[in-house]
Amino acid sequence: MTPDVPLVCITPHISPWPAVFHVKPPFKMSLRSRYSRICHDAFRRPSIYANVSQITRKATPAWQTCRSVASTPNAQKVLFPGALNSEFTDTLEVLRPSNNKAIPTYRVLDQYGEVINKEIGVETEDGEALELYKNMVCLSIMDLIMFEAQRQGRLSFYMVSAGEEGIAIGSASALNPTDVIFCQYRETGVYMQRGFTLDQFMNQLFANTKDIGLGRNMPVHYGTEKLHIHTISSTLATQIPHAAGAAYALKMQNMTQSPDAEKRIVVCYFGEGAASEGDFHAALNIAATRQVPAVFVCRNNGYAISTPTSDQYRGDGIASRGAGYGIPTLRVDGNDIFAVRRATKQARKLALENDGQPVLIEMMAYRVGHHSTSDDSFAYRQKIEVEDWKRRDNPITRLRKWLEGRNLWDEDKERELRSRKRKEVLSAFDRAEKLKKPAIKNAFADVWEDLTEEQRSHVEEMRDILKRYPKEYDVDHHEGGVESLDELLAKKS
Amino acid sequence: MVATTIPPMRALCRYLLRPQAPVYPRCHHLVRSKRHSSAPAGARLNNTVEYDTTPILHHTSRTALQNPELPEDVRKGQTKRINLYTAINEALRHALQTDERTLVFGEDVQFGGVFRCTMNLATDFGTERVFNTPLSEQGLVGFAIGAASEGMRPVAEIQFADYVYPAFDQIVNEAAKYRYRSGSSGVNCGGLVIRMPSGGVGHGALYHSQSPEALFTHTPGLRVVIPRSPTQAKGLLLSSIRSNDPIIFMEPKILYRAAVEQVPVAPYYLPLDKAEVLKAGKDVTIISYGTPLYTCSAAIKAAEKDFGCSVELIDLRTIFPWDRATVLDSVKKTGRAIVVHESMMNAGVGAEVAATIQEKAFLRLEAPVKRVTGWATHTGLQYEKFIIPDVTRVYDAIRQTLDY
Ligand SMILES: Cc1ncc(C[n+]2csc(CCOP(=O)(O)OP(=O)(O)O)c2C)c(N)n1
Ligand SMILES: [Mg+2]
Repeated sequence: MTPDVPLVCITPHISPWPAVFHVKPPFKMSLRSRYSRICHDAFRRPSIYANVSQITRKATPAWQTCRSVASTPNAQKVLFPGALNSEFTDTLEVLRPSNNKAIPTYRVLDQYGEVINKEIGVETEDGEALELYKNMVCLSIMDLIMFEAQRQGRLSFYMVSAGEEGIAIGSASALNPTDVIFCQYRETGVYMQRGFTLDQFMNQLFANTKDIGLGRNMPVHYGTEKLHIHTISSTLATQIPHAAGAAYALKMQNMTQSPDAEKRIVVCYFGEGAASEGDFHAALNIAATRQVPAVFVCRNNGYAISTPTSDQYRGDGIASRGAGYGIPTLRVDGNDIFAVRRATKQARKLALENDGQPVLIEMMAYRVGHHSTSDDSFAYRQKIEVEDWKRRDNPITRLRKWLEGRNLWDEDKERELRSRKRKEVLSAFDRAEKLKKPAIKNAFADVWEDLTEEQRSHVEEMRDILKRYPKEYDVDHHEGGVESLDELLAKKS
Repeated sequence: MVATTIPPMRALCRYLLRPQAPVYPRCHHLVRSKRHSSAPAGARLNNTVEYDTTPILHHTSRTALQNPELPEDVRKGQTKRINLYTAINEALRHALQTDERTLVFGEDVQFGGVFRCTMNLATDFGTERVFNTPLSEQGLVGFAIGAASEGMRPVAEIQFADYVYPAFDQIVNEAAKYRYRSGSSGVNCGGLVIRMPSGGVGHGALYHSQSPEALFTHTPGLRVVIPRSPTQAKGLLLSSIRSNDPIIFMEPKILYRAAVEQVPVAPYYLPLDKAEVLKAGKDVTIISYGTPLYTCSAAIKAAEKDFGCSVELIDLRTIFPWDRATVLDSVKKTGRAIVVHESMMNAGVGAEVAATIQEKAFLRLEAPVKRVTGWATHTGLQYEKFIIPDVTRVYDAIRQTLDY
C-alpha cells in the first residue's frame, strides 16, 4: 500500500482553471492532511464528470441536470454547456500561462541521496531497493556494450536509456504484472523490470531465429504478450491513442469480471517530442471523455533528437496540458526512483477510482546519451552540458548514495555486480550472435491472417528466383533455407 | 556473416574499463553500414552496383556538362564533385538566396537535419527562414500549406517518408485540392515542396524503408518527383520550388552519400514533365526511377553481355504526372517493357505504367509488361534483400521478357 504522502496530484476537477497550476492552500496545514483532504475532495465528492461515461448506470448524467440552472435569475455563473463552472467576471483579464508558477517537481530524495521528508521516509524495502539498483546497473551495462557493439558493426542500430533508467525501472516496478504497457522505444528498463531476459533482448537485437518479433523489426523494438507489453512501432505517438482504447477495453473487462479479480490498467510511455503529435492530443482527450484507466507517462528528457524543448513547446512542459483535458496530473523528478515509484503507484490507484480515469505523469530527465547510434549529439549540444548533467545528477548514483547511506552498498559490491552483469550480458550476446536468422517465410507470413492468392504468386516467383540463382543469395543463413517457403505454400489458407 | 576483421567480442570489455572516456566517433546516419546488406561471396549479379563507375552518374566534368537539358551558360561553367545531400543543400541555398519568399523547415532542420541536407542554412539565412518545427507532421505540412497560400515558397521536410502519414489529410485533401476548390479566386498553394527521404537502405525494417509514392500518384493536383542523382536532385528541386503546383519530392536516402558525381556549380532547372532516356536500346525498355536505376543499369550490363541483347533504360523522374509519350515511343520501338520500383507491386506505379502501355501500344507488344517490384508484404528487417528488387531479379526479368 502507498502511505499517505504529500504527493499532490493536480486535479483539474476540483479547482478553477488558473489555480490548477499550483495547488496551494492559502491556510497552513500539515502536508499529510493537505494531501488527504485533496484526495478526499477529488475522489469522494461526486465529480460533475463522474457519471458521463458510466455505461452500466442509468442515472441522468450530471451535466444534463445542471443545464436548467442557467436560467436562475441571480445565478453567479451560467452553465454554458462548454464550460460548466465558469463564474462571471467584470474584469477583462487575459490568462497568461507565463505568469503562473511552474508545476512543482516531486522528489523523495535530494541529489545526495538523502531523504527530504524524514517523517514520511521511503516505503521501498531494502531488498527491493537493491533489486531496482541492480536492474538499473544491468541496463546501463547492456547499453554500453550494445552501443559499442553497434560501433563495431555487429548490429545495425541501438538506443540507450542513459539518464532515464530510473523512470522505466521505477515506474514498471510500481505496476501489477498484468497491467498492459505501450512503449515508445527508450523504455528498455520497463522490459527488464518485468522480466524480459538478457537472452530475449539479445535475440531481438540480433533479429535471430529466437527473436519473438521474427526478425522483422529494427533493434530495440521489443514486444512480448507474455509480459503484456505491446510491440514497439517506430512511428511516434501512435501508441498513445492505442493505449486509450486498450484502457477502455480493460475498463469494460474490469467492470464485468468477478469482483475479487485484479483490476488492470494501461500504462503508456512517450517522449516530450512525441507529445507534439496530434495523436497525443487526440489520445488524452478521448481517454478523458471515456474515463479510461490509463496512466500516460511522458519522459521529458529535454530533447527530441536535436530539437530542444524550447522549439518543441512554449507551455509549462507536458504536465500543464493535463488540465486542458481535465486529467489528474503529476510532475516527478525522473532521477529519483523512489519518487517515480510513489507517483506511479498513486497514479495507478487514481486510474482505477470510479471505474477508471486517465492520469498524466511527466517524468523530468536529461537525455545523457546520443539520441541513437545514428546520432552525434555534439552537433547540436555542448559536450560540457552533457558532462555537467552526468556529474550533477543521475538516477543510478542517486540510489547508490541512498543505499550507501544505509550501509547496504559499497565499492566491493559495486565491482562484483558490474563484473557479474557484464559477464551475463556478454554471454547472452555470444549466444544470440551465433544463432541463425529466422526463416524466410516470415517475410510474408502474418501480413494478413492467411496468405492471399496474390502473395502466394509472389512467394512462388521469389522461390523460383532463389532456386535458379542459388549463388546470388545467402538463404542458408536463414533457418530452414529456401524450403521454409515450401512450408508456407503448403499451408492451406 | 560477421567478418573476421571485427575485433573479438571480448574487446567490448575494454570500453567498460573506461566508461567515462568519450568513445563516440563522428556518427553517420542510417544510410551507412554496408555490412548489413549481404550477398554471398560467390554472387555474380547481386551487389554489383558500383557507384564509382556506374554509368548513371557523371564521373567527369565533361559528361556532366554535355547534358542537353542544361542551358548554354551552365554548360560553359564549372562542375564540382558532390553527393546527393549536398546537391539538395545547394538547391535550397540557391532558393533561399534568390527568393525572399523561400522558407525551409521541419523536424531537426535547424542543426542540418538528420541527413544533413539543411546543413548551415539556419546559420546563413537565419532562423526566421530556416527553423525547427515541433514534432508533428500534420502540423508542419498544414503550416506549409498556409504559408504557401499566402505567397511564401515553403520547403517542408518530413524526416522519413515513412512518417508522412500524419500529414496525409493535409496533403491529399488540402494541398492537392486548394486551387481547384478556390475556383475563380485562383488561390493555390503553389511553391509548396514537401521533401522526404525514402526507400531501402538494407536495414531500415518496417519504418525506415518505405517508398510511398503510389499513395500520392493517386491524387490529382500533386506532382511527385524522385531524383536519381545529385545533378538531377539539384535541378529538379529548384524547378519544384519554382513550380506553382504542390510537389512531393522524394529523395532516395541510400543515395544521399552513395551517389557522388560532377554537378554544375551554377543553378539550373530541369523539366518536371519529362522522362529521360538514360541508355538507348532496341530489344526491351526498362522504366524505373530513383535507386533501382542503379540496379537496372548493373543488370543491363550483365544481360547485354550474356544474351547479346540491347536494353533501353528510362528514368521517369516525375512519377506523377508522368511523361507517357517518352515511355510509349520507346516501347513502340522495342516491343517489350519492364517496370522496376522498390515499393509493393499491388496498385503500384508499375500497374499504372503497364496498363498505359497495354492500352496505347498493345499491338506493338511482343511480351507481357513485366513488373519487378517489392512483394505484397512489409519490409521486415531480415528480409529486405529478398523483397526489394535486386540485380538478379531485373536480369532474370530481361531474360524472361526476351524469351517470351
Ligand atoms: C511520426 C514520426 N515522426 C518522426 C519520427 C523520427 N523521430 C524518431 S525519434 C524522434 C524524436 C523523439 O523525441 P522524444 O519523443 O522526445 O523521445 P526521446 O528520443 O527524447 O526519448 C524523431 C523525430 C518518428 N519516428 N515518427
Ligand atoms: Mg525527448
